[in-house]
Formats: sequence, structure tokens, C-alpha cells
Amino acid sequence: MRIFCLALLLLVATSAVASIGVYEFETPEQEVRFKRLSEELRCLVCQNQSLADSNAELALDLRRQVHTMILAGKSNADIVEFMTERYGDFVLYRPPLRAATVLLWVGPFVLLLLGVVVLGRLVRQRASGTGNDDAQLDVAEQKRLEQILRRRGE
Amino acid sequence: MKARFLLPLGLFAALVVLFAVGLGLNPREVPSPLIDKQAPTFTLPQLHAPEASFGSRELTQQPVALVNIWASWCVACRQEHPFLMELAQRGDVPIYGLNYKDERADAIAWLKRHGNPYRVSGHDLDGRVGIDWGVYGVPETFVVDGRGVIRYKHIGPITPQVWREKMEPVVRQLQQGGA
Repeated sequence: MRIFCLALLLLVATSAVASIGVYEFETPEQEVRFKRLSEELRCLVCQNQSLADSNAELALDLRRQVHTMILAGKSNADIVEFMTERYGDFVLYRPPLRAATVLLWVGPFVLLLLGVVVLGRLVRQRASGTGNDDAQLDVAEQKRLEQILRRRGE
Repeated sequence: MKARFLLPLGLFAALVVLFAVGLGLNPREVPSPLIDKQAPTFTLPQLHAPEASFGSRELTQQPVALVNIWASWCVACRQEHPFLMELAQRGDVPIYGLNYKDERADAIAWLKRHGNPYRVSGHDLDGRVGIDWGVYGVPETFVVDGRGVIRYKHIGPITPQVWREKMEPVVRQLQQGGA
């Protein structure tokens, strides 16, 4: 039984290593580049994970591709170009600024600006007291208020 | 006074429309950058005859061809398979197969069981050609014209409706445009 458990554990251990994939590099700098790239490239199968996070078959293959390209002396730009030629900008977590992606890049700032403008206007309105007529009582209301106060005073 | 209430309402309505459209889109359908580009060149061993090769050259021997990426482990491939068989029987357009990351024996047995709609299938064991074609989910089907340019790509199983509405018009147009 103990041997069986040990065998099972060993089996699990090797398969875990196999699925993560250990890559060897010639220089530590290459390894850093590999890590950076696989974090910036998106896995297309599980779309909210990077190549580094994903264990999908395709992510595994693409990581291997990045690895071989790095060893072949390709630059980061070469590798990113290789990926976008095949999978489009979608494969990048930081898509390039283009007509189609302008909204993506500028949108949040436009919303922020809009928020600031609206907030500014609200604050100014409050401060100047104009615009919130609700706080002012008309003649009838004023009379009723006085009545209530008088009744309390009695 | 009125504008003060209408403005948020209008913004809300705009957001609802935006979200409704966004939710209706299929995030799995990533537009391929390969459309209207030359199909990636490749040479693969044939599935049924490993010593013979199948490559980009075979794709330009007719005005239009379909290239179907498939695998025996792919569930959706089985779903579209009967329709591919039907298309092959009609014989309007040749279908080439790209057997993606599959064991040869499994793939051949699968075709034996379900029928073989392909003129030839290439055997892409390690998926390297698949990467060149931007494959990320099988099945995928490309429409390639006589000059070897990719004219259309469908991701997921081909249904009769997809064929009728999306792919057949492209194929017909290419066939009528002459070689």
C-alpha cells in the first residue's frame, strides 16, 4: 500500500512538472525576457489568462514557440510580430494604438474627465446656492412653517 | 429642470444599448489577421500516406478550396462532420483536412468510423502549422482561393445555416469569378 501511494505521488509530481514545462536558457536575461513575454501574451483559448498562467494546450505550444524563438536570437519585437501576424492584436495584453483601439486607450480618460466636469459643476452649484430651489420655501410653505413653530411654542 | 432628469436617463439608455450589443457578441470569435492574406506555406506528411506530402501547393489547384482543421479528440468536429460529409458528396468544393495535434492511428480510425470528407489530410502532430494558421480552437475552416489567399475563416463547427449564410456566398463568388 505504501509503495502504491509513493508511486502515485511520484506520478503526480512528474506530470505536474511536465505540464508547467521547464525551459532552459543560455543566459538569465533570456529567462527574464521569456517570463515578461509570456505574461504579456494572451492565451486565446482561456481568454482571461496570459500564456504564463494558462495550462491550455495552445498556451503550452505558444510558450514553446516563444522559447525556441528566444534561443534562436529573435528580439522581443520579432516575437510579438510573429504572434500578431497569426493571432491579431487580440493576443497582446497591451494592444498598439490604432484607429480601432483608440477608444480602448482614451476611453477611461474621457470618462474620468467627464466625471470631473460633472462633479465640478455640482459643487459649484451647491456653493453658489443657485439651482437648488428646493431649499427655498415659497410664501405658503413659510406660513405653514411659522404655524408649526408657533404651535410648538405654546 | 427637465434636462436634469433626462440626461442620466439618456446615459443609462446608451449604456444599456452598449451592454446589450457587447453581450451579444461572441468573445471567442477573434477576427483573424490572415483574412485576405496569402495562406501560410507549409508541407506536412499526409495522414494516410506519411511518405507523401501535402502542402500549400495543393491548395491552389482549384478556384476555391476549404481547409478544415480537425482532430479526433475534438468534440465539436464530430458535430460538424455529417455536414462536411454532405458537402463532400455534393462535390461543389474540395475539402482539405489539417489533422491538428492528433495521433495518426486515432485520426485514421476516426475517419474510418465517421467517413472521410477530405481529399487529403495533412498530419500536423506538433501543431506547428496550426500556429502559422492562427488556429486556437478546433474546428476551424478556411476558404482559400485559387491564388492561395485566405478569403474567409469560420471558427467552430460549420452548420448548414453558417454554410448557407456565410461561406457558400464566398465560395460561389470565387467559383464564378473564374480561375
